[in-house]
Parts: sequence; C-alpha cells; structure tokens
Amino acid sequence: MYNVKEVVANKPSRFTAGHRMCAGCGAPALARMILRAVHPEDHVVVSNATGCMEVSTFIYPYTAWTDSYIHTAFECASAAESGVEAAYKAMKRQGKLPEDEETRFITFGGDGGTYDIGIQSLSGAMERGHDMTYVCYDNGAYMNTGIQRSSATPKFADTTTSPAGKVILGKMQSRKDLTEIMVSHHLPYVAQTAAYMNFKDLYEKSEKAIYTKGATFLNCLAPCPRGWGYKTEDLMEINKLAVETCYWPLYEVENGVYHVSYKPVNKKPVVEFLKTQKRFKHLFKEGNEWMLEAFQEEVDKRWNELLAKEEITNK
Amino acid sequence: MSIRERLSGNEATAFAMKQINPDVVAAFPITPSTEIPQYFSTYVANGQVDTEFVAVEGEHSAMAACIGAEAAGGRAMTATSSQGLAYMWEMVQIASSSRLPIVMPLINRAISGPLNIHCDHTDAMASRDCGWIMLFSEDNQEAYDNMIMAHRIAEHKDVMLPLMVCQDGFITSHSIENIELIEDDIVKEFVGTYKPAHYLLNKKEPIAVGPMDLQPYLTEHKKQQAVAMENAKIVIKEVSEDFEKMTGRKYDFFEGYKLEDAEYVIVCMNSTAGTVKETIDKLRELGVKAGLLKIRMFRPFPGEEIAKALSNAKSVAVLDRVPLVSATGGPLYEDVVSGMFVEGINVPTINYTYGVGGRDVTVEQIEKVYADLQGLKDMKEPYRFLGLKSK
Repeated sequence: MYNVKEVVANKPSRFTAGHRMCAGCGAPALARMILRAVHPEDHVVVSNATGCMEVSTFIYPYTAWTDSYIHTAFECASAAESGVEAAYKAMKRQGKLPEDEETRFITFGGDGGTYDIGIQSLSGAMERGHDMTYVCYDNGAYMNTGIQRSSATPKFADTTTSPAGKVILGKMQSRKDLTEIMVSHHLPYVAQTAAYMNFKDLYEKSEKAIYTKGATFLNCLAPCPRGWGYKTEDLMEINKLAVETCYWPLYEVENGVYHVSYKPVNKKPVVEFLKTQKRFKHLFKEGNEWMLEAFQEEVDKRWNELLAKEEITNK
Repeated sequence: MSIRERLSGNEATAFAMKQINPDVVAAFPITPSTEIPQYFSTYVANGQVDTEFVAVEGEHSAMAACIGAEAAGGRAMTATSSQGLAYMWEMVQIASSSRLPIVMPLINRAISGPLNIHCDHTDAMASRDCGWIMLFSEDNQEAYDNMIMAHRIAEHKDVMLPLMVCQDGFITSHSIENIELIEDDIVKEFVGTYKPAHYLLNKKEPIAVGPMDLQPYLTEHKKQQAVAMENAKIVIKEVSEDFEKMTGRKYDFFEGYKLEDAEYVIVCMNSTAGTVKETIDKLRELGVKAGLLKIRMFRPFPGEEIAKALSNAKSVAVLDRVPLVSATGGPLYEDVVSGMFVEGINVPTINYTYGVGGRDVTVEQIEKVYADLQGLKDMKEPYRFLGLKSK
C-alpha cells in the first residue's frame, strides 16, 4: 500500500532543493515525486525542454538534478531523449555499459514545449516507441516568457497574448486534449494525473509509466501562481479543485483500455475551481454569466466522453 | 591492400559510415543526401553494423537525437542537405557549444527559395559560423577519406567539436567514380574507439549538459570553443599525416595545383576544382601561368596560410558557389581577402558567383575567369557573375 510518509522517508529526493522555481509552483513538487518513483538502484537520464523548469534548475555552474540531465532546446526534448535511449540500446548491446545497471529515460516539458512547439518531436519519439517516459507539466500557458497563451490554455483564460479586453474576453478557443492525442499513438501507457491525495495517484502512475516497456506519457497538472493568479499556499487546494470539478480528470489508458482513476462522488461545479484564480476574474463580471455556463458545459462534455470511453474499452 | 571499387559519393560516404560503425545514426530523407541513410539502414537491417538507426520525423530531431546520443557517450552521425541543415540549424550550434564530436556528411545543395534541389554551397555557407569543423571534398575519394579521418579529428581531446564533410550534391554524390577503399580492420584501427571523459550514461558520475549560461561564464565558454577550433588546425594536420602514411594519399588545409609559380590563381572548393585543373592544363600548354588553390579545410579557416600561398600571384579570383545577394562579396571571398589583409598581402582579388542551383560549370567559363585575371586593370568591378545568361 502507498504511504506518502514512507515514500518520502525511504526515497530521498533526486531533484534537490536550491532550485529557483517560484514558491507555490506545481512543477517542482511533480518532478520530485515522479523521480521518487524510480527504483533507488536505477540511473536516470532526464531530458528537459526549455522552459521554467530548465532555466531555474540548471544555471551554470549549479544543477538541482542528481541524475544525469540534458537540455538542448525548446521543441526537441523528446528527440534528444530518443537519441540518449538509442545510444543506451546500442552501447548495452555491444557491452560498452555495465550489464547490471539499468537506466530509465524521463523527459520533462511544459505545455508550450509539449502541446505546441514540441508536439512534432514528441509524436515522433512516441511513435518510434523509445523506451522512455514523457512528462508534460501542464500549467496552461507559456509561463517562462511571461504567461502567453498556448494550446493548453483553457478557454476564456486571461493571458498576455489572449488578454481579457473590452471586445475579446480572453482566449476564445478550447484547450487541446493532448492526453487523447497521445492515446491515439496507441502507446502501452498514457495517464493524466495531478498532485492530489498525498501524491498517491501521481506516484503510482509515474512508477507504472517509468517501468512500462516502450514509450509512455504522463500529463500532469501544474498550477502556476503567477499565471493563474493564486496565493502560493493555495497550490494543493487548486489541484484538489481541478480534480473534484472534473476540470482535470485523473485517468489512465493501458494498451487502449481506459480506467478513470477517480470519480468524485459529488462533482463540484467548475466555478469552484475558476473563482480561485485571477485569470478567470472577468468570467464573474455581470453580463458574463454565459462564460461560466459555457465553461461548465465543456467540462461536462469532456467528462462524459471520458466515462463513455471507459465503458466502451472495458466491454 | 586497398580495395578498388566504383562508387557514388553517397555510396562511398555510407560505406565509410559502415566501417566507422557508430552507435547511433539518426537521419531524415532529403535530396540529394537521402541515399546515405538508405544505404545505412540496409546495413542495419542486415546486421552489418552495431548501430541503432533512429528514423526521426525531421532534421531538427535528427540533430537533437545526435546530440542526445553523443552526450550519452555514443558515436552519433547523421547526413543532410540544404533545407535539412537549415531546419536543424538551431541544433547545429547546440551540438558544437556542447562540445559533442558528431560527424555529419553535408551533401551541398541550394537553399530555397525558390526551390532547387541541385548543388551550390548556400547550405554550408549559411552554417559556416556554427562552430563546426568543415572539410570539403573534390570527389568521391576525398569525401570517403575525409569521413575516415573525421572522428580522429572531432574526438581529439583538444578539439571535441562536431565535423561536417561537404561534397557537391549530384555532381559527386550521385556520380559513380573509381575509388580506393581501405580494409575494414585497418579503418577500425585508424578510427579507434570513442572514450568520452564524461557522459550521461555513466551512472558513477552523473552529469548535466546544456545549462542556462549567463553573463558570468558565457564569454569564457565561447573562448574555449574558439581555442578548440584553433586546436583543430593542429590536429587536422596530424591526422592527415597519419592518413597519408596509411594510404599514401596526401591531405592538407588546401591543395595547390600548379600553384608554386602561378601568376593567375583561382580559389574554389569541391568539384569545380576538377574543371579548374583541366583548364589549367590547357592554359599551361599555351604558356599561361594558371594555378589553383582548392580549400579542403574551410573551418577552421586557414586565412594566414592561404594568404601566403597567394602572395606571389599577379591576380586572384575567388569562386563562391552561392548567390551574391548582399551587395558585397561572397563568404569564401570575404574570408580569403580578410586573411590577405591581416597578412599585409595586397594582390588584386576578385569574386565570382557561379554554379548556383546546379548551373553547369564549364571549362569555357573557367577560361573566361583566367582571361579576366590576365586583363585585370583595377578593382572597379570586384563582384562578378559567371555564366550569367543576361545582366
């Protein structure tokens, strides 16, 4: 049985303190827990897309990563990792690496480097079936460059390139469903997760993803205090509301079979999630009630689709 | 005993890669270099190499995968041309700044637009300051030989820089010529094994590659890269000498053809040198002291050595196989005249753009250049077009 205290006590963090990510950011908590899912005896090569996580964890001559780590550019963290993994295979085959050592390959990218500019290299690496895990920490905008909209930005959100103005009220397009795109790659394991309920869901899915042979994908919700506009101490509450409102459903797809990991008994209205964040402030202005309704409709539609997929694939 | 064969430039390049037997080849098809990954994936499919072939979804990923594989501790190679190099341009510089000795044949082709699949050197020239060692090859033999020497140069501890082996698209890449190949075991011994000092897959010493590198250190890191490029000059000489001992084939920074006593000299690279040599033979019979300086090592650029070699000429023409669109000289010209200026050598030197997009380069055109050089009165018209149909 999962026990967060035991995990934290027995598995020292492989991603160390001293990095410069913001207080209240969801990403470092994710990275720490995902790496804790690696067996202590195994080596890891992390590949990281350019973004918040990269610029705040490896500023020469300091690094927060205790495993091997490579950053190349924004759009090609998957491709770089696929090269590392290919070299591992070839070198292992030729006896150039110790036989008794195992290395795992984990790639981190934000939603900009994953949903948008990195989707080609992600798709390529996943299709080629490299033995690697891609982790998207989805904070729903280009936070590193100052909160510009991405294809992961939720509809109506106020960002610096989809500002809530007098005529256009924030981002007018729905968010891309990257997890489903990854499912369409027919990977052995795809999951959507968040740091919720003592990290149990995140930890277990990470372990499964990292130790499933082949290309696997984790989409992780990563709230951003600057971009979303919340107090740093509210991080875990926001994760909770994202899940409890079914804005961010927790589910996994193993060899095409859906399993919804958590079904709230009392699904909360999405306004509970929206009202905690400044990026949705304009939705609560008089006359904009339609926006809240439309947002709720979208959440319901996607949640029901997910339940239907679970039902169909488990028949 | 060497092996006598008949191979195209692409075949010879792929054959060299087979003999090198790298750990990873990550490549994407693009005319005219496509045949290289084709031939190579056949070697992989038939178990003739130990390589992991990564059929990437684009050239940007090809170079990214090579960076990953080389940083991991393996030998990584790719091959490309034109748009492929343009597309991976971002990563080309990350490869050199990360000091990863990746080797890449570049089969030279024009860069769009408009679209043209034939030879010129626009692709190489657009990447000339990306921190790669760049060797140019007149024919299939030179392309093969440069490939065999590449890893010894790139992986030298004082160098640790990626290396491009350039040859002319279609003109040499697709032309079958006689070639002397070296036996597999001799190549294996000559190339040696790659033993990087630090690599990602070393569990005993985890490393981090590709930092955020700000004001306090970037200048010094770039200086280290510059020193490595200077060191490459010494290493290229050493490796070329070893190669000559092994094969009898001599390579230097550049090749002089009847250059010693030449009064009128053409400077060029790659396959055009063959046409120039033939023209020189004709002109010499007529008593014209024509000569050639064919550059093999374009990066690092041997400006000082070239300037000295040209110092006794009456006039010089530098042929740039790129369109001149900057209202000044071409890249090769600029480098040659800079070297001359620094050395205080003032020989009238003019510049021609020629052979753009695969336009045929004829003996008649080269004769015209030598005629221009003989009649050169002043430097009023330094930048010229060769083989232009109309002005």
